[in-house]
Amino acid sequence: MVGVFIVVATICYCVGAVGYLVYLFRDWEAIHRACLAVLAAGAIFQGVALGVRSFQVGHLAATSSQEAMAFFAWILVLIYLLVQVRLNLRILGSFVAPLAVVFMLTSSLLPDREVPTATIFQSMWLILHVVTLFLANALYALAFSAGIMYLLQERNIKRKSFGFLYPRLPSLDRLDRINYFCLMVGFPLMTLGLLAGFAYAGTVWRSPWNWDPKEVFAVITWFIYAVLLHERLAVGWRGRRAALLAIFGFSAVLVTFLGVNLFFEGHHTVFVK
Amino acid sequence: MKSTMGHIVLLGMNHKTASVELREQLALVCSNQANPVQLFPYLGSVKELFFLSTCNRVEILFTCQNYEDAMGEVKALLKTHLGVSSACLGQFEANFYIHKDEAAVRHLFRVASSLDSMVVGEPQILGQIKKAYREAVDHRTVGVILNRLLHKAFSVAKRVRSETMIGSYAVSISYAAVELARKIFGELASKRVLLIGAGEMAELAAEHFLAQGVCHMVVANRTLERALELARRFRAETTAFEHLPDALSEADIVLTSTGSPIPLLTYQDVKSRMRKRRNKPLFFIDIAVPRDVEQKVNEIDNVYLYDIDDLQGVIELNREERQKEAARAEHIILEEALKFHDWLRTLDVVPTIIALREKADRIRKKEMRKTLAQLPSLGERERQAIEVLTESIVGKLLHDPIVFLKKKAGRESKQVFVDHTQQLFNLNEDGGLPSSSGCNQK
Repeated sequence: MVGVFIVVATICYCVGAVGYLVYLFRDWEAIHRACLAVLAAGAIFQGVALGVRSFQVGHLAATSSQEAMAFFAWILVLIYLLVQVRLNLRILGSFVAPLAVVFMLTSSLLPDREVPTATIFQSMWLILHVVTLFLANALYALAFSAGIMYLLQERNIKRKSFGFLYPRLPSLDRLDRINYFCLMVGFPLMTLGLLAGFAYAGTVWRSPWNWDPKEVFAVITWFIYAVLLHERLAVGWRGRRAALLAIFGFSAVLVTFLGVNLFFEGHHTVFVK
Repeated sequence: MKSTMGHIVLLGMNHKTASVELREQLALVCSNQANPVQLFPYLGSVKELFFLSTCNRVEILFTCQNYEDAMGEVKALLKTHLGVSSACLGQFEANFYIHKDEAAVRHLFRVASSLDSMVVGEPQILGQIKKAYREAVDHRTVGVILNRLLHKAFSVAKRVRSETMIGSYAVSISYAAVELARKIFGELASKRVLLIGAGEMAELAAEHFLAQGVCHMVVANRTLERALELARRFRAETTAFEHLPDALSEADIVLTSTGSPIPLLTYQDVKSRMRKRRNKPLFFIDIAVPRDVEQKVNEIDNVYLYDIDDLQGVIELNREERQKEAARAEHIILEEALKFHDWLRTLDVVPTIIALREKADRIRKKEMRKTLAQLPSLGERERQAIEVLTESIVGKLLHDPIVFLKKKAGRESKQVFVDHTQQLFNLNEDGGLPSSSGCNQK
């Protein structure tokens, strides 16, 4: 049943993504509402699947690479739905929904391996660590999408040649605000997540810092976002540079999140195997 | 008929054919020198001359018998006026368009109706043409044809304005600027507009920004009185013109339209203020020609610079909406141009004589019918006699004017007499002229 629900959720996301891509070209209110509903339905299906599976295995089902990717897609869609309700920036869906689909599909391509539960998976620190970091990463993904939109829109305005996207994309100020919002919420979450991770590592491996590749990359990523936040608050960085850094930061997130999972050996390998 | 009538020729360039740089050069020359129509006496082949120069266009309208000679003279006039060498003029010529006869008439009508404007439907152009026309009248460079043509242009413009929506469209420089500002800033209420200098267009844009909810406006002007006047009008503050770059740290949207020949705001001026602004976006709308803000300013992060040529590109976006109205306006213009052409054809002696005879005969026949209808008892002989009587009265009455016109046919001044004859007998207002188009004038 869990597998069926995941497939249904994946289909929902795909339909939502295609719909939002159409919405990018055609300003039809109905498409937007349909897509939003489909994405929400997908999120519910996946949420149920996740709950059932977590109950079955006895821990939060976001440990194997496959589970983690699907979990990330779910968080991304949830965050998008929340931001959509709050900020009502529809066109963001055209950028976020395909991203969620990419994660969902990648997840379905990876081997489905059920990780047997163990006592180390049942720490509160771990759950805090995973949930906060995934939330932060989803927010960064949103900032990444907004960053791409910003660069596209800024190009339109700076070069004075207006592509078909010009009327569809929101104002630069709005996109910059989203970047700022995601950073302001995402960064504390990320910090909290990392601290929880260190605390957890301290309880499991006796030392909070083990030169694990994932730890190293996570700290590098944290520094990138710390720089962005600092420049924003202290110097007033904004606009193109902030967008570029948000895009760069998210690529670092991807390296930390996926690259290290797939290509490096380390403590985290315990979870993703 | 063209061979005896001569030609109407229009030589010009506008924002479509010439770059801002070239138009800047022209605007500079025009502000320094007097209207070139005062050189009219030196032009032998040009019979009538009209010169219009605005910041977006130059139009030289003239009539002549010999096209090549006259064109040579007008180009020489332009060369003297611009103070450029022949080589440079060659460069200029690539930017010029030349319309002849009907095409020239149509073009003038389009310009006057603001269809050819950068901001289609903007109202200033008609006033500018009227002013140029007054100057031409003062210098006595316009005669029968151009007088008629320009008056016709005014009435065509009026017709287009009242019968189409062209004028009422908010599609204008100011509208385009506000839309762009929205794409940069989102909402405008909390933004600060700095208005530097005062041209009609900048004031229009400022009004538009106020109407769109901008609350804070600052005015800078070289003369304090003008600044105060504008400040009163826009409920704005004033700032010292001398410390213009410092005002940048407060402003978000800068509207400039001064007559300054050199840029007021340079790359360094803006660049050095950006840090103090904490990189908040800055949007320059430079309506001035020559430009007030250095072009390079656009390269600075979070700074956007649009001059009038750039705004043109934005206006293109809304073009489709206006196309239907524009088509209607074009139809009016075509119709009026045809009518004008008909009138022009009659400016020769022969058609006028024919028209005169036709009108007299028409009146005669109408009166005959009325009279005969009241006298049914008359026999065929009496009818014949009355017919001959009226014919000979009309013929005798018209004999002298016709002889007079024929005598003048070979003279330069014939157009004046032909025109007077037509006005005296009201030949062209009631469809009395042999006309090729079916539309009657009112």
